[in-house]
Amino acid sequence: MRSLTQQPFRTAVLVLVWGWLLFLVLTPNLLVVGASVMTRDPGSFISLPLTLDAYRQLLNPLYLEVFLHSLYMAAMTTLVCLLIGYPFAWALSKVGKRNQVLLIFLLIVPFWTNSLVRTYALKLILATNGLLNNALMSLGVIDEPMQLLYTEGAVIIGLVYLLLPFMILPLYSVFEDLQEDYLRASHDLGAGRLSTFIHVIVPLTLPGVLAGIMLVLLPAMGLFFVPDILGGSRNLLVGNVIKNQFLDARNWPFGAAASIMLTLAMAFLMFAHRLSKRRIGEDGV
Amino acid sequence: MKQTLLSLSNLTKQFDGKKVLDSLDLEIFDGEFITLLGPSGCGKTTLLRMMAGFEHPDEGSITLGGQDLTHTPPEHRPLNTVFQNYALFPHMSVFDNVAYGLKMEKRPKEEIQQRVEEALAMVQLEDFARRKPHQLSGGQQQRVAIARAVVKRPKMLLLDEPLSALDFKLRRTMQVELKRLQRELGITFVFVTHDQEEALSMSDRVVVLKGGHIQQLGTPREVYERPANLFTARFVGETNFFPGRVDAANGDDTITVDVFGLKRTFRKPDFPVKEGQGLHVLLRPEDIRVLAPEDEDGVAGKIVERNYKGSTLDSVIHLEDGTEVLASEFFDEDDPTFDYRLGEPVKVSWVDGWEWLLPTEPEALPEEEGTDA
Repeated sequence: MRSLTQQPFRTAVLVLVWGWLLFLVLTPNLLVVGASVMTRDPGSFISLPLTLDAYRQLLNPLYLEVFLHSLYMAAMTTLVCLLIGYPFAWALSKVGKRNQVLLIFLLIVPFWTNSLVRTYALKLILATNGLLNNALMSLGVIDEPMQLLYTEGAVIIGLVYLLLPFMILPLYSVFEDLQEDYLRASHDLGAGRLSTFIHVIVPLTLPGVLAGIMLVLLPAMGLFFVPDILGGSRNLLVGNVIKNQFLDARNWPFGAAASIMLTLAMAFLMFAHRLSKRRIGEDGV
Repeated sequence: MKQTLLSLSNLTKQFDGKKVLDSLDLEIFDGEFITLLGPSGCGKTTLLRMMAGFEHPDEGSITLGGQDLTHTPPEHRPLNTVFQNYALFPHMSVFDNVAYGLKMEKRPKEEIQQRVEEALAMVQLEDFARRKPHQLSGGQQQRVAIARAVVKRPKMLLLDEPLSALDFKLRRTMQVELKRLQRELGITFVFVTHDQEEALSMSDRVVVLKGGHIQQLGTPREVYERPANLFTARFVGETNFFPGRVDAANGDDTITVDVFGLKRTFRKPDFPVKEGQGLHVLLRPEDIRVLAPEDEDGVAGKIVERNYKGSTLDSVIHLEDGTEVLASEFFDEDDPTFDYRLGEPVKVSWVDGWEWLLPTEPEALPEEEGTDA
């Protein structure tokens, strides 16, 4: 076997990749874990002794309520994304190649604008004197402006708007892989459309559904600027709690603990996704 | 007496303005093994899909035992398909795959259990019921696909190039296996292939297709020995085409034909012939006899290639006018040294009565090879 010095390029690439991961992924995460088990300190943010106080604080009914409400909004966002994204991705896999390219391009175009800017644009649409209310009033659908902004609904609309492509893309990829012959075989064996959908299409697209949920649910709990701009004070996300703890309340251990909880939720979803793929004989993520 | 099970009449189908099937008629008999044979794009797969109900004809009708099936969706047709890539549901076990069709019929649990076990026993896979398709070899997946299709006791089994993904030896085994199953089950098999050898060895009848038309319909022997046209002759097996000219139409149902200057007497063909008319004399490589150069009979040429095939010696002979002749001769027990040298001068003749005559066709046929993707 040749020694590392005989393969300078290979060595350089490996060092670069491992160094990158070590300093920019592992270190910050370890710092967060470390911060979460330390004591809050008004002067230097964190100090010894080690304690699990921050995790205990997570169980505080007040924060539990914020967490559950946040989970509820993120779940609603995910559900809406799934209800729109699933048929959309299905249709996307069925249209001709040219239209496919065009539609995927249109899906990606919004990413060229900063999401903060796009959220402000949404605010202009949802505001009391905004585009939507004005349009509905001039059409005579409603008599007076509806309160859209600063509601739970506004937050969910904002989250769906920002996260929908992350649901559609993994679903599109599983629908692309779904062989027509599986559906033919199902019909051939006597299954109608509904049975085929339930017994063949859903299980075979499940990995895409879970990948989509993974890419939508957790970011949906973290996008703190959406409730900041659209939600008012009552519709907080876990992301807002974390941000407030670090920037306003200066309680780093608690912020770190909340953030670790999100990471663990993510790990759990990835595990479920892996299981679902193994079921249909594909390798893990 | 042979009874018609499925009858296709006047089937026409276009894709993007191109006719894939052109007013095609075909009767399939109850209990037969019939093969749709042709090169890619000949319409054989489209035809099979129409029987299964995955495609619908633009014109024409499909009836099964007198019942019109033309617009019946696949789930209501008493036929089942074995797909080219098997299409086993990857998320279900072997058992669940085979049970799928029976579950859709809402059969009682015990009946499903029993019938699935029977079907798996039939393809010798009883011990694999709990496995997932991706844990099986290609040949085993193939067997599961067959079990899944026959467990519903269909009137007809449609097989879409089911052996094309298997290696040579396994193919041979599965060919025998399929024939056995077909005999035991007594179900009509409609088999699609582009492999002429497979078609000849397995079928009761072969349908040779090209350009959405039936070129020939007959027993393997008829198709091989008496091809209806040049396409069939070229596609099914290897053939030597010798140009002939009618010298005289004799009174006794024979004609004299000039082939490479030889005057040979042939039985009068089915098509009309007149003196001076050109025709093709078809000879299979095994009809050819290679003679010593001093022999009076035969056309002079020289050996340009020899291939030892174990049971036969296959050689290529260049005639003096440049015509290439393929010959395939069995080894002679009495002559253990029987062989050729390259460049050796020989004469070429054939066994009288083994030739087959075809009229010259107006349009020059392009060379077509029967290879599917």
